[in-house]
Parts: sequence; C-alpha cells; structure tokens
Amino acid sequence: MDEALLRSLTPSVLGILVRRGADFAAAEDAVQDALIEALRVWPANPPRDPKGWLVTAAWRKFLDTTRADAARRRREELVDEEPAPGPAPAADDTLQLYFLCAHPSLTPSSAVALTLRAVGGLTTRQIAHAYLVPEATMAQRISRAKRTISGVRFDQPGDVATVLRVLYLVFNEGYSGNVDLAAEAIRLTRQLAAAIDHPEVAGLLALMLLHHARRATRTAPDGSLVPLAEQDRSRWDTTSIAEGVDILQAALARDRLGEFQAQAAIAALHADAPTAEETDWVQIVEWYDELTRLTDSPVVRLNRAVALGEADGPRAGLAALAALDDALPRHTAVAAYLHERDGNLATAARLYAEAARKAPNLAERNHLTRQAARLNARRGR
Amino acid sequence: MAKYLLLKHYRGAPAAVNDVPMDQWTPEEISAHVQYMNDFAARLEKTGEFVDGQALAPEGTFVRYDGEGRPPVTDGPFAETKDLIAGWMVIDVDSYERALELAGELSAAPGAGGKPIHEWLELRPFLTAPPTITE
Repeated sequence: MDEALLRSLTPSVLGILVRRGADFAAAEDAVQDALIEALRVWPANPPRDPKGWLVTAAWRKFLDTTRADAARRRREELVDEEPAPGPAPAADDTLQLYFLCAHPSLTPSSAVALTLRAVGGLTTRQIAHAYLVPEATMAQRISRAKRTISGVRFDQPGDVATVLRVLYLVFNEGYSGNVDLAAEAIRLTRQLAAAIDHPEVAGLLALMLLHHARRATRTAPDGSLVPLAEQDRSRWDTTSIAEGVDILQAALARDRLGEFQAQAAIAALHADAPTAEETDWVQIVEWYDELTRLTDSPVVRLNRAVALGEADGPRAGLAALAALDDALPRHTAVAAYLHERDGNLATAARLYAEAARKAPNLAERNHLTRQAARLNARRGR
Repeated sequence: MAKYLLLKHYRGAPAAVNDVPMDQWTPEEISAHVQYMNDFAARLEKTGEFVDGQALAPEGTFVRYDGEGRPPVTDGPFAETKDLIAGWMVIDVDSYERALELAGELSAAPGAGGKPIHEWLELRPFLTAPPTITE
C-alpha cells in the first residue's frame, strides 16, 4: 500500500472537510479515523480514486460523530446543506493548515504533534512512538492543542517563521523512535515549499537536505558519533547534496537572506569540500558573521569560534571563545577541542572529561569521554 | 519537549518541612494524600505531559556477576544505605521552568494535619538523542 500517497493527501482532504463547514477539530478527528481505516482496508482493496475515497470516508465519520452529538439539531441543518460528493474543490488549503497547526498560541510540543497529525497524516500512535510517550498522552496533547486554536479563523494569514521553527524542531529531534522524523520533516518542508514561494522555506529545505545527505556517516555501526572531519565523504548522498545546493542557490539569488539560508550555506560549504582539510573555513566564518548579524545567538557565536579556530588557528578560536559565557551548552567541549589543537593536551583532557559530565545526550557524552581517554592514554605513554 | 524524572526519596533527600512519618497521619490524611497524587497524575495525562509514574518497595537486593558458571552474588538489603528511592514520575514538558513548576506542585501534596509536606523532590533531565544539526 502507498502510505506516502495516503499521508500526502491528508491536508487537502482535511481542507475539503473544513470548507464544507466542519469545524477544524471535528474534521481533523474524522480525517484521522479515515486514515486509520485506509491503513486497514487499502492493502486488500486499493481504491481507484484514493483522494475521493478519503474524502467520502472522512465526511461519513464526521457526520456519524456530529449526528451522535448532543447538538444534534443545529448540526443537522449543516448536514442538509451537504454538497453532493463530487470532484474535490481546486482550492488548496495546505498552507492554511500549516499556519493553523503552528499557531503562536501553541507550545512547541503541541504545534509539532498537531502538525505531524493534521498535515503529516501520521497516526497518534506513530507520533507517540516517535516521541517516546504513551499514546494516551499524545492523544491528549493533540486534543488540547485543538482546543487552544478553536477560536482561530481558518482563513487567517499566518506567519511562515513559526511554521519553519516547528519543522526545524521535527527535523532536529533526530531519530528516536520507529518513525523517521527527519525524513518526515523534509517531506513536510518540501510540501510547504510547493505551497508558498519564500526564500527561507527554500533555505530550510536546503539545510535539511544537506544535513540529511550526511546522515549515514554521522554514526558508526556501534551508534557512536563520528565527527564531521572523520566522516567517510564518499558515502555522503550526492543527489541530496546537489538538490540542496540548487535550492539554496536559487534562494540566495533573490537577495532576501535569512537564518536558514545562512545555515544552509555553511552546510553547503562542508558538503562541497572533498576532504576535511580542503574545507573553506574562511568563507564559513563569513557566513557565521552573517548568521550572528541575523540572529545574535550565543550558540552561533560559539560555532563561529570553532570555525575561526580552523581558519585562523586555535589561538584565535580560544580568544573568540573567551568573550563568550562559559555556561553555554558545549562551551567546554569547544574549549577542549581548541586546546588540543593548540597542543595543551593536559588541559584538553581535563576539559573533555568536564564536557562529558555536562553533555545533554548519551552519544555526545560517550564521544567526549573517549576523547579524554584518548588524550590521557597518549600522555601516559 | 524534554523528559524529566521526578524522584521521590525514602531517604537521602533533605528533611521535608512537614516531616511526619506517614504511619502517624490519620487515615483521612493518607486518603487525601493518595487522592492528590492520583489527581496530579490524571491532570498531567490531560495536559499531555505524563509519561510514567511508579512506586518502589523500600527493600531491594544488591546483585552482581560472580564469574563464569557461577550464580550471581546477592547482598543486602542494607539498612544503612544513604540514598533510597521511593518512586518516580516521568514527565515530558516544553521547558525546564515547566518541570520546576510541576515538581513544586507535586511537593505540595498534603500530609500530616492536611498541610503540604513540602517534600524535597529531585528533578533530573533525561539524556536525549543527539540533534541532527550540530554545526
């Protein structure tokens, strides 16, 4: 069965129900029920017109629910006005759905969950598995999110930036459960790029493609992290890189720079280097300067210090680092790396061990502990 | 979107403000306490923040490998163990501030005299999966 097709039809089917007069929350539940039924029925009986099948099934579910509802009379008026089932309207409400599901009144975790279900067509169970929480918890998170936005008009213009932040979160969460969130984020960003012409949407899509291209080389078979400089570049996905670079170049040509385009430009420079030694660190530092100007984020300044350490030598990197708050996440890890490059192995080993204790995830902690152990073993000889 | 463990200690945490052993409460006070804990968990389920909650028996056994072909060695329970976990709750929240807020509420569970216990709970972040974008 073509689950990808099923999922890609989700937003337009939901849009059709809303246009027929169903309120968003009820329509979204009905589409979810129809999706679950499709997953059950389609493998044995694939429909000739998948979209028509979904619209009919979802509309029926919606009517069943509303008929059973206490507010029967009011809704039956709506039922009387039911349009004849026929070709779906041409208008595409996909973009409106992105805006609604990423509405600023939602917390990040609710916006992510709602986007994955209403736009992505994932089931509650799949989303719960991906985020390692019980299905009941995820179901509650989604219905609460729908209550939060129940007063928001569907046709209200939204903010692309909030949608991009949600998609970035989905991508960056990694690969925790049995749902490939990174691939899903790319699919959703691609779909958004088809619905709206916006350089930052293109920038985010390029950024995702360029990082995704390196995915297979980021971890060793035992699950340990492989730093960028040590990755097997022959295994990077060149198709994905080429697509990312093309999209980025077209976006940059429009001269409306934003943070995702700048981040993608940095990723493209890494992707472009045949070996780690040939990386154009000078240009990467310049892009970090742009990014600092755009975001003024201390995390960007920290990454800039690393790049400067490569471009102008570890002393320059350490000088830049000294100007930053040492409570920043990964500050100690960066200091350890720069001190090692500068030949202070004892200091580096101590800092790697300290950074390992502060690491926010297990793979990073193990990686940093190994770095400390490597230096300690070398010094012990 | 971060998971935290709220740890409740039998021993090892600083003394609570309302530090009266549970067996010296009235039965009604115990019921009120249990009700509060259940309501708290139910409320977190409704907000979509609940992951898990369990209580542990106070007495456990220490176990270790004793070499090829030998049964594991057991020891304990040790009456003098400094740190003793009573149970936990796992939450999935949007921010550290929200985790603090919830831990504070849980610590306000009623005890002797129907007054909040002000029990010290330990809040520990989970180590996550590494992010996709690092540079």
